[in-house]
Amino acid sequence: MSDADTPVLEVRNLTVALPVDGDRRNAVSGVSFTVMRGEIVCLVGESGSGKSVIAQAIMGLLPKTLPVASGEVLLEGEDVTKVPTERLRQLRCASMSMIFQEPMTALNPVMTCGEQIDEVLREHTALSPAERRAKTIDILTEVVLPDPERIVGSYPHQLSGGQRQRIMIAMALVLEPALLIADEPTTALDVTTQAQILELVRDLQLRRGMGVLFITHDFGVVADVAHRVAVLRLGRLVEMGDKNTVLKHPQHEYTIMLIGAVPTLNPHGRAVAADAPLVLETRRLAKTYSDGGWFSRRGEVHAADDVTLEIRRGQTLGIVGESGSGKSTVARCIVRLIDPTRGEIRIHGEDIARKPLGALRDLRRKVQIVFQDPYRSLNPRRTVGEAVIEGPLNYGLPRAEALERARKLMELVRMDPAVLERYPHQFSGGQRQRICIARALAMEPELLVADEAVSALDVSVQAQVLALLEEIRERFNLAMLFITHDLRVAAQVCDRVAVMSGGRVVEYGEANEVFLRPTHEYTRALFAAAPGRDFVFGGG
Amino acid sequence: MAATDADRYAALSVESADVRPQETAWQRVRRNLSVRIGGVVLVLLLAVAALAPWLGTVDPTMFDAGSRDLPPGAKGEMLTLDGEVIKHRFHFGSDSLGRDIYSRVIYGTRVSLFVGVVAALVSLLLGVFCGLTAGYLRWLDGILMRVMDGIMAIPAILIAIALVAMWRASLVTVIIAIAIPEIPRVARLVRSLVLTIREEPYVEAATSLGTPTWKIMLGHILPNTIAPLVVMGTFIAASAILIEAILSFLGVGLPPDIPTWGNIMAEGRIAFVQFPHNIFIPGIFLTITVLAVNILGDGLRDTLDPKMAKRI
Repeated sequence: MSDADTPVLEVRNLTVALPVDGDRRNAVSGVSFTVMRGEIVCLVGESGSGKSVIAQAIMGLLPKTLPVASGEVLLEGEDVTKVPTERLRQLRCASMSMIFQEPMTALNPVMTCGEQIDEVLREHTALSPAERRAKTIDILTEVVLPDPERIVGSYPHQLSGGQRQRIMIAMALVLEPALLIADEPTTALDVTTQAQILELVRDLQLRRGMGVLFITHDFGVVADVAHRVAVLRLGRLVEMGDKNTVLKHPQHEYTIMLIGAVPTLNPHGRAVAADAPLVLETRRLAKTYSDGGWFSRRGEVHAADDVTLEIRRGQTLGIVGESGSGKSTVARCIVRLIDPTRGEIRIHGEDIARKPLGALRDLRRKVQIVFQDPYRSLNPRRTVGEAVIEGPLNYGLPRAEALERARKLMELVRMDPAVLERYPHQFSGGQRQRICIARALAMEPELLVADEAVSALDVSVQAQVLALLEEIRERFNLAMLFITHDLRVAAQVCDRVAVMSGGRVVEYGEANEVFLRPTHEYTRALFAAAPGRDFVFGGG
Repeated sequence: MAATDADRYAALSVESADVRPQETAWQRVRRNLSVRIGGVVLVLLLAVAALAPWLGTVDPTMFDAGSRDLPPGAKGEMLTLDGEVIKHRFHFGSDSLGRDIYSRVIYGTRVSLFVGVVAALVSLLLGVFCGLTAGYLRWLDGILMRVMDGIMAIPAILIAIALVAMWRASLVTVIIAIAIPEIPRVARLVRSLVLTIREEPYVEAATSLGTPTWKIMLGHILPNTIAPLVVMGTFIAASAILIEAILSFLGVGLPPDIPTWGNIMAEGRIAFVQFPHNIFIPGIFLTITVLAVNILGDGLRDTLDPKMAKRI
């Protein structure tokens, strides 16, 4: 007698405490929401909003350091925060299941996929081995895995990321739970794989009528899957409602800001001057990795092949592609952090592809790079000031002048010059990325390479850093090479776009052309997979 | 519009939330119980070593035929070389030559701690040099690390005995003999650290800032290996103290007249059944010292290497 009006999950006034030395008193404060049968509720928030803590509280997976301070979590009427461990074990998988962000680490590498699903059935049911195997094959067919008979005997490393996530979903759903919790299930996947997994989740949810609590930071994904949306900020629920209401007419200031920060998929449409001087030209650039040593046959991987690009002063070239497409390889060749195998790299017409590392002084000055991971881009044992003046000091600028330049740059990236005395661990991700940009600018480069420079940042911070990069490009008339997997970000910043796949440039042209009239099949597939592409976000 | 947008983002973004300052490594270290226990014991031992002449001791090499094989706590007289007779209480008894074991054990603390610390420093210094070179200069890596593998294949105590046998037994020889077998372990640790750290984006950033290789090695890579090296150093010091005692006990360490715990035990071995305290007392000091150093090292590892601490 289950109908759509009974809540599968009801969270009432949930408060989860943080340890006394934590950043704030509670990880989650007074959060209440419900998930109905046959409904997908999206929990959206930036990092540190407590969204994963809520998922762990429901599953009873909270570490001892994060106790549930008050409130109830009712799973089909039963308060799971108070039941004994034994009962919790029965409920997991049978009534509620969870899938995780990283399918490689969530699966046991030394067990075959079949054994891992079988384990669930063995623990929770009294089925015979033959019945269990039949059920395993059934569920693998249901999550649309090709050749389930073969997959049953495969180890996780033999499957692709998307297939692994399907195995995780199969394992979670094999006992037909009433509630599925998906904690950022597509964040580690490429955009085309992500689209397939999202479709699968939607499909299964419809077919089985279960409730889904979907945790994500990506508003595109929200627009694609959610029925209702709950927005979290620093452990508090700031807004909850129907998808269209929240995404198109957000009420709370924070939601308005977040949605306003989501870049659109439409290119900015800025005019591109075709006659500005060329800063960078690559001609048939290639990088081949060969593995194998003395005793094994040599294998070759073409990380980048036949890449021909150019960037003019004051323009931004975007390289877009999925993981393994070779986009970072190209960037690292251009900065000469790795040596290209073939081809030319011309900076102002001078080929630097073959120059020995010792003769690259000029290049280092003209070309600077900002990396993806703000937490690893700064030496933890050096002050911010030391980091920013390191380059100028290498080129013989007196210390006092270098420090003066560093202070000016700090103002440029909107940070207090006093922070030069401090160490990197005192700053958040966005602030560190600003410091990295200042460090690159201290060299007064002509070409700035941004290798996924905003990918690790939360959407609101990402918007700020993108605005900063744009301002810098305009002010110094910089040429910029912008590498990203995120089509929305690419649409915001790029004048020209190169789409890479399998080490090759499959489409290359003006951003307006590529985004509005993609010609290559792969580009079209990539754009079609972008989450929430047809959804018009409002309120901003 | 753009400016107000930016301000609004800045105010609402999660980045504007309070970041509570984290404890520094040094603060964590000071709070750790193991570090405190090990540290206090070691400070006491250091004080004993430094204040040896003022702790009611006599010259540890002085012997007196009249007071041989005394039990602990016995009172007696000692005749110095100048012909002076001094009254002395033998807290730990005396050995078969009539030397005061208490004085010898107290002075032995000096030798043990000195050997432990200096051997650890020497092997760290040479090991860091080899490890940095092997980790950063790829063409030297193969040769250097195979040499290190070679040294590791010979039992440490055998190398030490061979080296001491080749030269005259002295403090320097013993320290070098103890330090050399430890070098490969340090070199391996440093090399593995260098190989991970050199792939860090901040090292690549330094490369692209035009920083010369030697500056990257000394300025970026070496400082980030300090924490594991400190931990490694304590464990080397503990094993160096033990090996020094073993070498002395086997009679291939410092000359027998120098008061070291190993020498005292070697001397007491002959009369062990009658006077077991000759071996037990220096043995207890040795155990306490090594235990204290190891506990300190454990505590340092837990606090300086949080990944390790979580795993335990």
